[in-house]
Amino acid sequence: MFRFVARRFVETIPVLLVIATVTFFMMHLAPGGPFDLEKQPSKEIKARMEAHYGLDKPLWQQYLLQMKHLLVGDLGPSSKYPSRSVNEIIADAFPVSLELGCEAMAVALFLGLLAGMVAALKQNTFLDHAPMSLAMLGLCVPTFVMGPLLISAFALHLNWCNAAGWYFARDRVLPALTLGAYYAAYIARLARGGLLEILRQDFIRTAKAKGAGQVRILFRHALRGGMLPVVSFLGPAIAGLLTGSFVVETIFGIPGLGRYFVTAAFNRDYCMIMGSVLFYAAFVIGMNLVVDIVLVWLNPKLRFD
Amino acid sequence: MPAPTLEPGAPIDGDKSASFWQDAWHRLWQNKLALFGLIVVTTLSLLCFLAPVLCAHVLGFSYEEQNLALGPVSPNRTHWLGTDPLGRDLLARLLYGGRISLMLGMCATAVSLVIGVTYGAVSGFVGGKTDMVLMRMVDILYALPFTIFVVLLTVFFGQNIILLFVAIGAVQWLTMARIVRGQVMAIKQQEFIEAARALGLRRRRILFRHILPNLLGPIIVYATLTVPEVMLLEAFLSFLGLGVQAPHSSWGVLIKEGAEVMEEYPWLLTYPAAAMALTLFSLNFLGDGLRDALDVHGSKD
Amino acid sequence: MPLLTVNKLRTSFHTRAGVVRAVQDVSFEIARGETLGIVGESGSGKSVTCYSIMGLLPQPPGRIEGGQAIFDGVDLLALSHRELNKYRGLRISMIFQDPMTSLNPYLRIEQQLIEPLLIHEKMDRPAARRRAVEMLADVGITDPVHRLRMYPHEFSGGMRQRVMIAMALITKPDLLIADEPTTALDVTVQAQILDLMKKMRQELGMAILLISHDLGVVSGFCDRVMVMYAGRVMESARTPELFYETKHPYTRALQKSIPALQVKGQELYTIAGAPPDLLRPLPGCPFAPRCGYVVDYCAREEVAALEVAPAHCSACLRVQKEKMPL
Repeated sequence: MFRFVARRFVETIPVLLVIATVTFFMMHLAPGGPFDLEKQPSKEIKARMEAHYGLDKPLWQQYLLQMKHLLVGDLGPSSKYPSRSVNEIIADAFPVSLELGCEAMAVALFLGLLAGMVAALKQNTFLDHAPMSLAMLGLCVPTFVMGPLLISAFALHLNWCNAAGWYFARDRVLPALTLGAYYAAYIARLARGGLLEILRQDFIRTAKAKGAGQVRILFRHALRGGMLPVVSFLGPAIAGLLTGSFVVETIFGIPGLGRYFVTAAFNRDYCMIMGSVLFYAAFVIGMNLVVDIVLVWLNPKLRFD
Repeated sequence: MPAPTLEPGAPIDGDKSASFWQDAWHRLWQNKLALFGLIVVTTLSLLCFLAPVLCAHVLGFSYEEQNLALGPVSPNRTHWLGTDPLGRDLLARLLYGGRISLMLGMCATAVSLVIGVTYGAVSGFVGGKTDMVLMRMVDILYALPFTIFVVLLTVFFGQNIILLFVAIGAVQWLTMARIVRGQVMAIKQQEFIEAARALGLRRRRILFRHILPNLLGPIIVYATLTVPEVMLLEAFLSFLGLGVQAPHSSWGVLIKEGAEVMEEYPWLLTYPAAAMALTLFSLNFLGDGLRDALDVHGSKD
Repeated sequence: MPLLTVNKLRTSFHTRAGVVRAVQDVSFEIARGETLGIVGESGSGKSVTCYSIMGLLPQPPGRIEGGQAIFDGVDLLALSHRELNKYRGLRISMIFQDPMTSLNPYLRIEQQLIEPLLIHEKMDRPAARRRAVEMLADVGITDPVHRLRMYPHEFSGGMRQRVMIAMALITKPDLLIADEPTTALDVTVQAQILDLMKKMRQELGMAILLISHDLGVVSGFCDRVMVMYAGRVMESARTPELFYETKHPYTRALQKSIPALQVKGQELYTIAGAPPDLLRPLPGCPFAPRCGYVVDYCAREEVAALEVAPAHCSACLRVQKEKMPL
């Protein structure tokens, strides 16, 4: 187990390096720079700002400088918000996105697992078709349609929550639902499929022959194996929630990292872009490690690797 | 007394033997939802493909014809689905938008198919260390939010539509690669391959005549299921202002514009959203139906 | 009074292609402590019979159309699943053919082994664990304490079957149903498992219902044997009488088919023809198309297993009417 974790750490470093390099070259090879977009300052001012940010040096020098900074963990200043460093911005904005992501994941797991379990147990009845049809809906309606629809229904017409903002606990509900809906749907289908697959197996018959009741069979025998596809999905789901947050944060006016990233991309805020990308990558890789550990715990056959 | 003998191999009830594909088609035919999906997708594709013809002769409007005096009107006899704030007919825009969206979906899927199948087939067929390395790379990439890179790509390098196809396709190839590799490995070990080897067939012949046809099933299924994912991704990019650019519009763009004026002109959101949802539904049902019919399972473990 | 009386059991599978009559009017009895063997080819209905008794039939296609299974005065077929659960695992246990797929790969042996104790006897875990260790030792597994913590895939086939036996017998049931317990095992291991079962039978005194397609296994193990074909009982008798005073052409044909008993160098004897299609059962005796003793009324008249000698039933019409010797 320890070797497993250690090996993954070692793998991560080159991956992050590659990502940083690719991002760097993408940014610098693209036409336009951070100071080309907004109202054009005068030539001298622009030249001075570029010198300040080191943008007048040759590319390979900039690259090495960037790598040096990254190794130390210094993500640099933001060119759009000059008074704040990228580290600060991330420190402020990430917890917001993290909270949104966790709540969306909670919604997705709770609704998805519930729907999947019910559908598997009551296969081919109404309790199977209804949740699965709803799930299909969740997969086919994009977040930025779901969001405004939910806002319209619950905030504007029923007045149960605010339409935007991130101040009260109530404000978490609609964004979490919007972001989590797609994943709830996916998880519901995976859970149903996984459970059905397990329930067909011979060892379930053995459990019945021992006199085990339905509840015991579901929770003690079927769940462990049935959840494997769901847990395997969590890795890409986390990555997806991250990107999905861009849209949700924009719709609901949430001050999360996603919004900053998109704005940075449009504004060619190099440091912010690099910082966000690396941060996201590191976070996602870390989360995937956790998911893999859970997977190994669930499936004993993998433990002897 | 001699007992009546039965010819070995004779069909017991005179049953017609069915090939794998005939069986699959039969199963698909019985799946009403999948059939529904197939019909809807085909109809929509046809309508969108014929958009120029339809707009010119049936509707009388083109998708860019503005009518500022008219402004946004709700659906009526002249404009069946209404108009937008610039007076453009919604149905015409929907048809042209569908062209772009569907074409995008299929092309990007084709890109991901080509990359994924090649990668997976090579990895599975060659096996050994190469396979381990290649699959490890896939595992790592799987976890990364690829979409971030697509966003960056489209922001930086302009909204070239070809680039869009390639970028979106590049996000989706991972699943296909995994499935194909799994399938190739499973087939490689089956006995009929050993039989072919024993008969002295060369590796390339084995690959093409025996392994590839068995790959067709999962490929068809996952290709069908990739198209909706790709379309959602395109819509996502459009929402951020990155996808298809004016004067072309896709359903994603239409939805975004509709969402902005949702309260005042609801039809501008409803119809594009419905069109997209309907298409995605149909493709998903069709994909599910194909999966059941061709008896394809996801990668185990 | 017999421990288990099965009376005219009828089970069918309602498939898309039609109704498959898997078990037709099967009746038999088992006394306490007795061992009954059910023998037949694949598709003869022997496993389905036992699944029906235990309520393990997959219900959508499978359906019990009629009959009774009276266990100690209670008709098992009339019970709900909840009520049936009070018998399953406690008074009637079952072991299956493939121990690899029959054990839960995601749970440790310990959890699966003590489960019947937790469900039925409401034992606390430490007591149950002690019992499990005893049981493992009893079935011949060395180092039981350590083995309890392992997973099924760490065991060999024979050891897994021993675990299954331990799991089935841990509550000291009155009846053990064994569905082809040795079929999936190597020949040497088969003998070991059979010896183990004999030993447990000696210790616990339970009745055993052994299903097999192998006449050899059955002959050395069972007090009585029942031969099934196409879902029906063809013959049932005490073991020595079944083999030495066979009263059904099918049983005779089965005996002739045993390779070890045939003359070396000559063509092996096979029963001509194929088993009947259970979707479209023909009238009369199901074995008629393949029988070497067939006459005209065999394919016409209703067939049922009737007593043709003391404690010896046969479904052969010719034996019943004409006392035909075989």
